[in-house]
Amino acid sequence: MRVSALAPPSPTRRVIRPVGLVVCLAVLGLCALLSVTVGAKPIAVADVWAALTDYRGTYDHDVIRTLRVPRTVLGVFVGAALGLAGALMQALTRNPLAEPGILGVNSGAAAAVVVAVFVFGAGGAALVWPAFAGAALAAVAVYALGSRGRSSATPVRLALAGTAVAAVLQGLVYGVIVLNDFVFDRIRFWQVGSLTGRDMEIFWQVAPFLVVGVMLTLSLGPSLNVVALGDELASTLGGRIGQVRVLSAVGVILLCGAATAAAGPIWFVGLVIPHLARLVTGPDQRWLLPYSAVLGAVLLTAADTVGRVVLPRSELEVGIITAFVGAPLFIALVRSRKMAKL
Amino acid sequence: MTTLISARSAEGGRVRLRTAWALRLWGGRVSVLVRPRALAVGLVLVAVSVAVVALSVSVGDYAIPLERVPGAMLGFGERLDVFFVQGVRLPRALTAVAVGASLGLAGAVFQSLSRNALGSPDIIGFTSGAATGAVAAILVFGAGRTVVSLGAIGAGLATAALVYLLAMKGGVQGYRLVLVGIGVSAVLGAVRDYLMTRADLTDAMGAQIWMIGSLNGRGWGEVAAVCAGLVVLGPLLVGLGRRLRYMELGEDTARGLGVPTQVTQVVALAAASALTGAAIAVAGPIGFVALAAPQLARRLARSGGTTLVLSGLMGAALLAVADLVAMRVLAPAQLPVGVVTAVIGGSYLLWLLYTEWRGNRA
Repeated sequence: MRVSALAPPSPTRRVIRPVGLVVCLAVLGLCALLSVTVGAKPIAVADVWAALTDYRGTYDHDVIRTLRVPRTVLGVFVGAALGLAGALMQALTRNPLAEPGILGVNSGAAAAVVVAVFVFGAGGAALVWPAFAGAALAAVAVYALGSRGRSSATPVRLALAGTAVAAVLQGLVYGVIVLNDFVFDRIRFWQVGSLTGRDMEIFWQVAPFLVVGVMLTLSLGPSLNVVALGDELASTLGGRIGQVRVLSAVGVILLCGAATAAAGPIWFVGLVIPHLARLVTGPDQRWLLPYSAVLGAVLLTAADTVGRVVLPRSELEVGIITAFVGAPLFIALVRSRKMAKL
Repeated sequence: MTTLISARSAEGGRVRLRTAWALRLWGGRVSVLVRPRALAVGLVLVAVSVAVVALSVSVGDYAIPLERVPGAMLGFGERLDVFFVQGVRLPRALTAVAVGASLGLAGAVFQSLSRNALGSPDIIGFTSGAATGAVAAILVFGAGRTVVSLGAIGAGLATAALVYLLAMKGGVQGYRLVLVGIGVSAVLGAVRDYLMTRADLTDAMGAQIWMIGSLNGRGWGEVAAVCAGLVVLGPLLVGLGRRLRYMELGEDTARGLGVPTQVTQVVALAAASALTGAAIAVAGPIGFVALAAPQLARRLARSGGTTLVLSGLMGAALLAVADLVAMRVLAPAQLPVGVVTAVIGGSYLLWLLYTEWRGNRA
């Protein structure tokens, strides 16, 4: 049976939800601290503090300021954005398999990156803007197609439109890379999703989108609860379905577009994190959204840190580790209890 | 003996009369519901497939006029004609048709079982496992095509079994199966990413082309492999079609109607996976056919539920057309057919959705 998000929560859940959020935030703080201190060269917490407050230009201080901190900050924001975008997407489409990629975000970004590499030979930070633009354009196209005609974009329509657009873009990407070694070489590394070598410049480029996206999304919680009741009941109760859907789509574009632009496509976080969060929060979007953000950030920073130390003398990309860390956890949870449905 | 069944459906204010003929054979022991529109769509798809196969055999750098094609197929005519038709082009075209039919049929079964328009063989991890097995065979062991195919099948089956086992807990629920499949696929995808980024560029390109899916240089051995799967498993799945339709109404309802849901689910999953496996072993995981063919078929036939036979025919026509385009569009450069299925299939689905949603139908 469907449990309404508007039903009063059980007494235990009422206590667990705020406490759990504080615990998750504490864990996130710990992960961020580890991310700054752990790496090929371990650096003591005291030195980290000194590097930030009393910069002396030593090698350790440079590592902290130019490598570890940007990477950690980016990891927290990208993870939070992906978790939020995933939760939003699943609420928007009412499909537990939905992830931001369904709006065509990842394939749009990939196609734009391929074009940028193919035409301009671009690389590194120069790929951020094309990726964001591509993601946004693809998502707008999917949404426009899904909301054609008189009725607003229904979940099934969005899923179908997104699949079709993604397929066309993916085909174009494949077409270019099989005929061009150079582009293929760039794309195979971009495609994995990584935080390696990202500096503050990249963070400042995407930060405005991320901040606006996070604020917009968190404000949508109550309206999404109403939309979750189904179109007819929701409109009877005075919910503005069309408006909420448009705003949600804008949120997904801002969050996921910026995250993908900064770190490449890391699709698993957006898919899994909301399922994990739902185990604690139940279907109430007002809690589900912040939980998804914090847990997404935890997963991404933790995975990035693990990726730095798991192999001697080389790094594993964060996109690889999120799958290796997140998937067994996810499967264990799926098995251990009845999954909370949407 | 035929009976006319008609159902009224009010749609957009108009009353439309839908008709179907119930064909009863052997005193009603076997009865088939034939809807004229579905039949017409099926015949058109068969005609398209045949025409495209003939065209694929005839065009190329060494062009063979269409009137010489039938003779060359049977071994008559100029020696070069016979060599190109029998040795090269016909097996490739037939592989395309058989692989397409397998993928379309399997895709329809998976969408029906998961009751999800996005359901595809990927959900139980078979495709992902096969791709990882093949990529590992290519990049780690430098294997040839046969070993790559075997590696793909082995890894695919192992993955599907693993997903099924992990999802099992007092029976397998569709929802849990799907979620476990996603988790396992994610790990396998990460393994692939790792191998691809650490490999030499040329080897990685070979692996990438395998993952896109290609029919380049496929011969009679491949045709036989896929057709064997189709002949054995196709009728089995089509026979299960009615049960699957009941199960789309919900498992409880289906059980109430006397459908053994657990058995049907396992048999249908296994058969559809085996079909997909044969197709992948031969041509690589060609994307989008399994996903698009059932959706296109039910829209063309204006059918409410999954249409297994039409999905298979749609898949065959789709892949035959795609491979012809892949061979000729940038000739002499050859594209892997997966590029074209994605672009053509995707564009066609886009256009179909675009026109369908222009009206006020919800």
